[in-house]
Amino acid sequence: MSEEPKREERTEERPSGRPRGPMGGMMMGKPEKLKDFKGTLRRVLGYVVAKKFLIIGVFILSLASAVISIVATRLNGTIVDDFIETGDLPGLARILLILGGVHLFSAAASYLQNFLMITVSQTTSATLRRDLFTKVLKLPLKFFDTRSSGDIMSRMTNDIDSISTTISQSLPQFFSGIITVLGTLVAMFLLSPMLTLVALLLMPLMFITTKAIVGKTQPHFKRQAKELGQLNGYIEERISGQKIVTLFGREAQVQAEFAEINDRLTKTSTMAQALSGTMGPLNNMINHFNYLVICVVGAVLFISPNFTISFGDIFAFTLYMRNFGRPINEMLNLFNMIQHSLAGAERVFDTMNEPPETDAPGSIALTDVRGEVDARDVCFSYVEGNPVLKNATFHVDQGQTFAIVGPTGAGKTTIISLLTRFYDLDSGTLTIDGHNILYVTRDSLRRSIGMVLQDTYLFSESVMENIRYGRPAATDEEVQHAAELANAHNFIMQLEEGYDTILTDNGGNLSQGQRQLLAIARALLAEPQILILDEATSSIDTRTELAAQKAMLTLMKGRTSFIIAHRLSTIRNADCILVIRDGEIVERGTHGQLIDARGFYYDLYESQFKTGMAI
Amino acid sequence: MFKLLRFLKGLALVCAIGAPLLMVIEVLMDLQQPTLMSQIVDIGIRNGDLRYVLTTGLKMLGCALIGLIGGAGCTVLSSVAAIRMSRDMRAALFARIQTFSFRELDRFKTSSLITRLTNDVTQVQNMMMMAMRMLVRAPVTCIGGIVMAISISPRLSLILALAMPILLIAMFFIITRSFPLFRVVQNKIDRMNDVTRENLLGIRVTKAFVCEDRQRERFNASNEDLMNTVMRASRISVILWPIINIVINACIIAVFWFGGRMVIGGELEIGKIMAFISYITQILASLMMSVMFIMFFTRAKVSADRINEVFDTNTSIYDVPNAESVSGTDLEFRNVSFRYSDTAEYTLRDLNFTIPAGESVGIIGATGSGKSSLVSLIPRLYDPSEGEILLGGKDLRQLKLHDIRAHIGMVLQESILFSGKVSDIFHFGQDDLTEVEMEKAASDAQALDFIREKENGFDSAVEQRGRNFSGGQKQRLSIGRTLARNPSILILDDATSAVDLATEAKLQRAIKAREGTCTLIIIAQRISAVMGLDRVFVIDNGQLVDAGTHRELMARCEIYRSIAASQLGEEAAIHV
Repeated sequence: MSEEPKREERTEERPSGRPRGPMGGMMMGKPEKLKDFKGTLRRVLGYVVAKKFLIIGVFILSLASAVISIVATRLNGTIVDDFIETGDLPGLARILLILGGVHLFSAAASYLQNFLMITVSQTTSATLRRDLFTKVLKLPLKFFDTRSSGDIMSRMTNDIDSISTTISQSLPQFFSGIITVLGTLVAMFLLSPMLTLVALLLMPLMFITTKAIVGKTQPHFKRQAKELGQLNGYIEERISGQKIVTLFGREAQVQAEFAEINDRLTKTSTMAQALSGTMGPLNNMINHFNYLVICVVGAVLFISPNFTISFGDIFAFTLYMRNFGRPINEMLNLFNMIQHSLAGAERVFDTMNEPPETDAPGSIALTDVRGEVDARDVCFSYVEGNPVLKNATFHVDQGQTFAIVGPTGAGKTTIISLLTRFYDLDSGTLTIDGHNILYVTRDSLRRSIGMVLQDTYLFSESVMENIRYGRPAATDEEVQHAAELANAHNFIMQLEEGYDTILTDNGGNLSQGQRQLLAIARALLAEPQILILDEATSSIDTRTELAAQKAMLTLMKGRTSFIIAHRLSTIRNADCILVIRDGEIVERGTHGQLIDARGFYYDLYESQFKTGMAI
Repeated sequence: MFKLLRFLKGLALVCAIGAPLLMVIEVLMDLQQPTLMSQIVDIGIRNGDLRYVLTTGLKMLGCALIGLIGGAGCTVLSSVAAIRMSRDMRAALFARIQTFSFRELDRFKTSSLITRLTNDVTQVQNMMMMAMRMLVRAPVTCIGGIVMAISISPRLSLILALAMPILLIAMFFIITRSFPLFRVVQNKIDRMNDVTRENLLGIRVTKAFVCEDRQRERFNASNEDLMNTVMRASRISVILWPIINIVINACIIAVFWFGGRMVIGGELEIGKIMAFISYITQILASLMMSVMFIMFFTRAKVSADRINEVFDTNTSIYDVPNAESVSGTDLEFRNVSFRYSDTAEYTLRDLNFTIPAGESVGIIGATGSGKSSLVSLIPRLYDPSEGEILLGGKDLRQLKLHDIRAHIGMVLQESILFSGKVSDIFHFGQDDLTEVEMEKAASDAQALDFIREKENGFDSAVEQRGRNFSGGQKQRLSIGRTLARNPSILILDDATSAVDLATEAKLQRAIKAREGTCTLIIIAQRISAVMGLDRVFVIDNGQLVDAGTHRELMARCEIYRSIAASQLGEEAAIHV
């Protein structure tokens, strides 16, 4: 059993606690303060800009759509003024044909733009996911120790999803919004500088109300996010531990606790949703007010003899006025949405910025490993100031069987985690065949070491593929042979579809012992020069183990092997037994020597056989 | 989907009825605006009648204000309704899961139950909120728009009569084509998440065997698959927007043409054309809203189906009416056979034995021989497929579940700890636990020393899944939690696998020394853990092969002897 707290978190995917409005346009509270708004934005844009031609296409198409819609609105004014007012039917027919053509073109442009945008946003998020995943694979185990898999999952799905939604919605809207606003302004200015001035003076009204509402809702949304996170956390924990709740008959208490968190969330989110929901109607109201002001001013101008403004111009102007508020409103919403997704992007990039496992410059690849391992004054601590291994020094000759024994928490698993460079030692040196492992490529180091971990993992692939993890190039026959050697063949054949049976949920349909047999088969297939068995047989019943052990004995022949075990019987034949306690090597020698020494090992050994009797 | 509407009750129901009514107000007010606006321009400005502009303008603002009240009110009410509904739904769902027996928990995966409680409930909530606004707004706007259009000019409205069917057909055609694709998308997302999660959990294997490239390929395959499916689905669905646009703009052009002729002929005022066009735009907006609503609805429907699946699942283990209390703790298995499902092979076959109160029994046997299944029948985590189990002479199925579990303490193979404080772990076992009792439980479980070593002792924090404790420590805490309940029957299902031998021995001694007569049932891999018990059961292939003391079994049971020999070695076997 590994002595450190288990490193592998069985956290399932945790849905993020972030609130999501039902529609993109819905107001959302501002997210937590971004650490580096510009930098994150630039990096996201970097991904988008990689699709240069597509983006240029989208830009041109949005430009076209926006110009068309402005022109079309202007045409509407002209139609009224120049043709209907004057009764010019042939002219009307002509201009309507033009208008029709314009709209057809606009529809085509908008479809094409959507089409390109889907490509941009989907390829961008696929690239982001690929990059994140690739990066995660390269991260050192330390990273996984400190983060729950649910958290990483949420970055992979929710955060990237929100980035892609924002890209697909915001880019075109942003382009067209700016163009529409500017274009409309120009068109309005051409119609009447005076009315345009009035319209501009009215603008701040909408900004102010939007800002006020966002300011009011922001704390509520923050609290909602926090409480949703708490609720989800509670759900995750209790449902994963439902069997314990059942066993202890604690259903009622758990439900009461749940109700409390659930109620709290209900209150907060009602506040948040209700407040933010008033934004739309309020802006609608402001739009109407602005429209009225323009009309009044327009009427005054129309009456006043000092200004010459045609009726058609006022008519067109009011139409522009209706279209003017909408993009501004949309862009205000957009800004919020961008902030939200940038917060997500920041989380994604944080992970991508984590320092990966890298090989020291000039590292050599281990080849033809003999399997001579030497440790000198090795010190290590998972947490600074809390040493797990103190000045460990030992030497293992080629082909030796080397056992590590000690009580729970003594540092047994740590030694092999350092050997495989799952963690890097703090001081001292570890060498294989005389090569300091810090200057050896990780891949070649790990390829030369085969491991059967106490806490193995099976992927949701077929049994065949799972064993093949040991050596991806192995043929089906070789896989089957390895399974036979590991004594796994019989139970595999009893599975519904034999080697083709798909495993689910980390081999949930197998017993602990069966899973370990598969792990042994995996290591057998890898044919490593150095073998590590970390409590490899702890969950295998002893009769099966006997057979598995026979297989392992053949495997161990000629190979350097490290064995960690509670059961002293399994290590009695080791060439050397290292006894560690509290991170220090207290004894070493063969079984016989250690028994004769009557030291710590002797006590351990005795306790194992006496306990049964002593009860 | 509609089945879930039962959670709209009380205040939520009132709000759910009120919200659409308020929405009707907003829509009705919105419908007034184009007419009023056109009147301002048409009559007021054209005639230079400032008073008319102002009075009509104030009317317009008044309408907008009433609309604002309606709109904001609707938002508030619909939020209240949807959020309360989702609260009740979540609570009911959680309560339902609490009733599940192990059989149902095995059937739904843990992760899927969690998603149902979180994501799926949120989806339905969002959908409800939207429904209360849109389900009224879209049709009322659409119908209202049509009515207003007709009232302006029935002749011009014929244009709409032509356009609407075209739009509906286009919508139907595209929606039926793209929605099945979105369901596929959902599956692909699940698949990608699976691959990712596995890689996070199995990172040690990947690193140990240098399989990063292989994993990357696996991920890329599912990532690209997802991307292509999303693109295919989206590209089809966005065809709809330009179609709607073209049809609507065609309508506008037609209105200009026919309306223009009517204006020229003096049959229509020019401002009315403008109003008519406004109504067409509103109808367009309502159609787009409907499309969006249908999209959300289908997505929420998937979630609703998943929620209903949980509600439709009834627990297979529940109290019979007039269930009795536990009156004794002698345990008897009578002709018990068990299999996990009706089609599966039998895991346990025809078991017959009794364990009198106070006896200590070890269970030993090969991996997969049925040891865990056997003990999980005792606290009625599963019911036997055939035969009966008697506790104090009564069939377990006649006893109160809560009572059975109060009497039987079981420690599982996998130690599950909830976050909180160390003392919370012990209180989970027993609410009214005194300080002394807690320390006793901890000390018997051999956990007291390492708890005391922690900075805050029993007040120290336990992180999620107890990850700040080692495997052996977690197991001992789990045992302490169960000991705190003072069970009459204590079952340890390989619960000390991560505890070293010396500690394990101390633990067993402490348990045996506890007051009262406690039946002890221990499943173990190590023979040393069971050889000191009153009797050892040897299980092989779901059957009870032999039962007796260590000495007896050594003398007569071949299987037992071989296990002993493999673990203790020849000398130890002789030594005994």
